[in-house]
Amino acid sequence: MWTYAGRRLLLAIPTLLGASIIVFAMVHLAPGDPIAAVMPAESSQAEIEATKKAYGFDKPLAVQYLVWLGRVAQGDLGRSIATRRAVILDVRDSLANSLVLALSSSLLAFGIGTALGLLAAFRQGRWLDKAASAIAVIGVSVPHYWAGIILIIVFSVWLNWLPAMGAADGGGPLAYLRHMTLPTVALALIPLGVITRVVRSAALDVLNQEFVLALRAKGLAARRVFTHVVKNSAPQIFTVLGLQFGFQLGGSVLVEAVFSWPGTGYLLNLAIFQRDIPVLQGVILVLATFFVLLNLAVDLLQTLVDPRIARH
Amino acid sequence: MAVVTALPHDAEPIAHAPMSYWRAVGWRLARDPATLVAGAVLVCIVLAALLAPWLAPYDPSAGSIRLRLAPVGAPGHVLGTDEQGRDMLSRLLWGGRMTLVAGLTPVLVALALGTVLGVLAGYVGGLTNTLVMRTMDVFYAFPAVLLAIAISGALGPGLPNTLLSLSIVFVPRVVRVAESATVQVKGLEYIAAARASGSGVLPIMRHHLLANVLGPILVFASTQVSLCIILAAGLSFLGLGVTPPAAEWGLMLNTLRQSIYVNAIVPALPGVAIFVTSMAFNLLSDGLRDAMEIRA
Repeated sequence: MWTYAGRRLLLAIPTLLGASIIVFAMVHLAPGDPIAAVMPAESSQAEIEATKKAYGFDKPLAVQYLVWLGRVAQGDLGRSIATRRAVILDVRDSLANSLVLALSSSLLAFGIGTALGLLAAFRQGRWLDKAASAIAVIGVSVPHYWAGIILIIVFSVWLNWLPAMGAADGGGPLAYLRHMTLPTVALALIPLGVITRVVRSAALDVLNQEFVLALRAKGLAARRVFTHVVKNSAPQIFTVLGLQFGFQLGGSVLVEAVFSWPGTGYLLNLAIFQRDIPVLQGVILVLATFFVLLNLAVDLLQTLVDPRIARH
Repeated sequence: MAVVTALPHDAEPIAHAPMSYWRAVGWRLARDPATLVAGAVLVCIVLAALLAPWLAPYDPSAGSIRLRLAPVGAPGHVLGTDEQGRDMLSRLLWGGRMTLVAGLTPVLVALALGTVLGVLAGYVGGLTNTLVMRTMDVFYAFPAVLLAIAISGALGPGLPNTLLSLSIVFVPRVVRVAESATVQVKGLEYIAAARASGSGVLPIMRHHLLANVLGPILVFASTQVSLCIILAAGLSFLGLGVTPPAAEWGLMLNTLRQSIYVNAIVPALPGVAIFVTSMAFNLLSDGLRDAMEIRA
């Protein structure tokens, strides 16, 4: 177990370094002079010289990367072209809002998806199972940014029940909750589909094992059999939850753009619009780091719950 | 040793020869209404996109200020007009071309490149495997949307950049599936038998390996098409894909988004098109997987 955990931890390091190389390369992928990718067009000559020195653009790429990595390790993600603010501050401010949305939508999807998946497995082939399968397919097929627009049309434009934009800064917790309702629902659709599917097939796998037959044969009440099945499919269910939470962090970009939710996705959206490469780099690097660490945590927790995994 | 020539009395006579694999797949597909409907819908969508120049009643980029945001069913404009007074039906038909190209090309590129890399890594093993697979792991450090945005965001908008960034998203996925399928098949006895009987590496790959790993790879790739369509339209929605005034479903959704307070139905239409297409691809790949009896 501990050797597995150690190996898994060590494997995460090259992955993170590789991810940082991709993020670093973004400056050089951008067409034109790299200095133009990280500086506003109207910068003074002195500013340009200072930035050139900070980035080391005259040095070989490998050296540039190491210099950049050193600054990143100290929390310096560069400055925004549009606002000249330090990128790390913008990322810090928006990350909390994104985490809130990722958490709320994951929980919503997890609650409904687990219930639907389990019910479908126990009612295999009946209408409930078919309905759950339909929801699963719709969930993974629907473009969630479009679902967000539909939610705005129905609940904001037609019914006027819920606000469509922003996060109600300074409006109190109730206003914040009202603002996050629609984006949460829109974001929950994809994980809802995935979780329903995985839970259903995990529960079916357990249901088809012989011990369930034995439990039923000895006359155990259906409710107690249900508990056994849930406990035995729990590792798979929690794994998919953890992974989906990670996807939510990065996947919220489009939904945040639709609802102008002031999270990392909205920041990315602004950065794309203004071609603000340093902000793009900063947000993507932070989110990717979160994603890798989360996957690592899921893997480690999984071996804790089910030690057989470590032996593979 | 005596050769048994007659069947025992109680054995049921075989009515007909067993079906070949692909005939069995076709037989199962023909009895799966959801997959058939999805296939028919897809054929219609592809035909509509291909025949857009002949089917579209108007020029997709010709607008009229006086006819902005006409409702669905307006005279002369069955599906209404957009915020610049351009005919929605014509734009949806033309837009399908872009979305289908942007949704299918990256998966096809990934299928070709990913299969080669994955089968190679799986079959050769050792250092090659480590090198290829660890490199692919790096791309898994990003959720798909984020990776696409990282590359497209740096390269700038435009269809070629979208295709490039989405290909980079999907290649590692196919490599993973191809590698694990290859490793699985490689360990089977008949490969060892072929090797023992003196077959070279290439004939084994062609006749024994590829024939058995292509099925799962194809099915996996088909499941990725719907995701690719959603991502491609999503990139345009963010302003990173096709540039205006071209008609593309994601881009149309973005520009019409501001008009929902004037006319709520017309702005939702491009999203319906994306939804129906991606759902049809999902149902088709589900049916294909079941019919080919591949567990994924």
